[in-house]
Amino acid sequence: MNLTRLKGPGLFAAVAVLALVVAPLVLEPFRLGLLAKYLCFAIVALGIGLAWGQGGMLVLGQGVFFGLGGYAMGMHLKLVDAQGDLPDFMIWSGVEQLPALWKPFANPVFALAMVVLGPMLIAAVLGLLVFRQRVRGAYFAILTQALAAAFVILLVGRQGLTGGTNGLTNFFDLFGQDLAADSTQRGLYFVVAIVTGLLYLGARQLVGSRFGRLLVAIRDGEDRVRFLGYDPARVKTVVFAISAGMAGLAGALFVPVVGIISPALLGVVPSLELVVAVAVGGRFALAGAILGAVVMGYAKTSFSEQFADGWLYLQGELFILVMTLAPKGILGLAASARDALARRPRRPTAPKPPPTDDASGRRVMEEVG
Amino acid sequence: MEAFLNQLPIGLSIGAVLLLIALGLTFTFGQMGVINMAHGEFIMAGAYTAYLLQDLTGRMAVIVALPVAFLVAGLMGLILERAAIRHFYGRPLDTLLLTWGVSLVLQQLARDLFGAPNVQVQAPTWLQGGIASLPYNRLFIFGLAVATVIGIWAYMNRTGAGRRMQAVMQNRQLAAVSGINTARVDQRTFFIGSGLAGVAGVALTLIGPVGPALGTYYIVDAFLVVVAGGLGQLRGAVIAAAGLGLLNSYAEFWSDASLAKVIVFAAIIAFLQFRPQGLFVLRSRALT
Repeated sequence: MNLTRLKGPGLFAAVAVLALVVAPLVLEPFRLGLLAKYLCFAIVALGIGLAWGQGGMLVLGQGVFFGLGGYAMGMHLKLVDAQGDLPDFMIWSGVEQLPALWKPFANPVFALAMVVLGPMLIAAVLGLLVFRQRVRGAYFAILTQALAAAFVILLVGRQGLTGGTNGLTNFFDLFGQDLAADSTQRGLYFVVAIVTGLLYLGARQLVGSRFGRLLVAIRDGEDRVRFLGYDPARVKTVVFAISAGMAGLAGALFVPVVGIISPALLGVVPSLELVVAVAVGGRFALAGAILGAVVMGYAKTSFSEQFADGWLYLQGELFILVMTLAPKGILGLAASARDALARRPRRPTAPKPPPTDDASGRRVMEEVG
Repeated sequence: MEAFLNQLPIGLSIGAVLLLIALGLTFTFGQMGVINMAHGEFIMAGAYTAYLLQDLTGRMAVIVALPVAFLVAGLMGLILERAAIRHFYGRPLDTLLLTWGVSLVLQQLARDLFGAPNVQVQAPTWLQGGIASLPYNRLFIFGLAVATVIGIWAYMNRTGAGRRMQAVMQNRQLAAVSGINTARVDQRTFFIGSGLAGVAGVALTLIGPVGPALGTYYIVDAFLVVVAGGLGQLRGAVIAAAGLGLLNSYAEFWSDASLAKVIVFAAIIAFLQFRPQGLFVLRSRALT
């Protein structure tokens, strides 16, 4: 029996016990709620890890998909709370009739389906249009960021439809459960934790499959993969859509856990923060994405509790340091430390850029495309 | 028709500001593969330079600030290039995230130094008013952009440094073996590009208040100009900036501010279906 083969599943089981048994026993309800919030971000981060870490697509607009999922859920909860009447914020902004866009969200099945399918559809259309034209690398990153900027402006501007800057909040009822009750929140934590675990396993499975190998190959040399007869655009579109679906699901879980969804949670900056988290955790491994999101979420809460302004400095500097000194993130550092301890020849901490097609070793602006 | 004409100077002056911002981005991106998210903070630095000079020069601050802001922002860019970015050449996505960290720090620094509320810079009295529907301040910004484009064009085509810059942009290795000091060319490009952002910041004080987040409002649009215009392309940047500025202002006029950005985004995606690499492409045989 090979011991190293057991290490991965063993670690996963240990983390699962920690998350599902120890945390609920040890943490008070408030802290458990925070952990659930971090795990929601971790799901988005997992999608970023898949798209960016494995596929090389830097997605700077995951907040859009997070928001689509969150608003789909929020709209449903609002309609349930209103009990056939208009949601409260619409009355305040003088809307007299329920907008057509809202009507289908009264149906829980439709709302839950839209949570995942809405983001996936938009990502698939965008991905197809963009990747088919071989727009990639930094261009793609900029486009996703522009999408996030436009989405937030749209949400803020449509006060009567979306609640404007305030977003959707004041939820009371979640599928018949009282949302404020400790037991509901505890149950929600378990749901979030289990969903995170399942998605992680699914994403791992995907990366380990033939499809996943193709994805990594595209990251490292898209043109070569195309020359071999594959269609990189299709692979990238599928993965982009999956990561969008994850973000949508995370948004939908976030709404009952935290009790609000608003433009401030999903603009350019929050989207970038999650990318930062993935980089801090270690972008080349899926576990790094989850680790990074939880660590950064925790750091943000505890630091901004004490010195609100300091957090921005700290986050900025942390990020500069991670990018310069440890581009592989926490997991990369851990691996180097382990190697050093085992007295094996150390891997360089700062990895070379992903291999390029260029045997002569010249500087290739590969990701610019 | 009246309203249509009213939007024209607004759109063109937005385009002029976008152009000043995008010129720096397109050259650093095209030449070095660097996506500088901190570029927006150089805009802010330029604007605050004008604000600080106000105490010394009164209403002439905007004019005096143009060269000063160029130097201030340019030096900031040079320091950033020397201290951090040069270690990241060839990894554009990493530079994007690195410089975003820098931009966070600079924004917070501005908040601590100048306070979070917006400040105003008084425009010179002779820039107030206008001819018919053409306000002088918008005309001034437009003229500034035209002058800058002519200057950059002359620099690129009429000076040795500019030709070296073009050479590096077209083929770095060949330029290097021909004896061009590419590191120095990179520094110079970065200095000029960042300096232009500072100039854009001064121009922005003419049309709005100055705040720590000033740069963030323009940086995304400026990047879209780069995407639509093509990497390192002066012509492309000029046309794309004018187009985007006009599209922005007319989309806002015909629909509303909240839909305008979505329309612009959709237009860019549609445009990329025909010109995936932007308006103008630097032809190269390099395999990516």
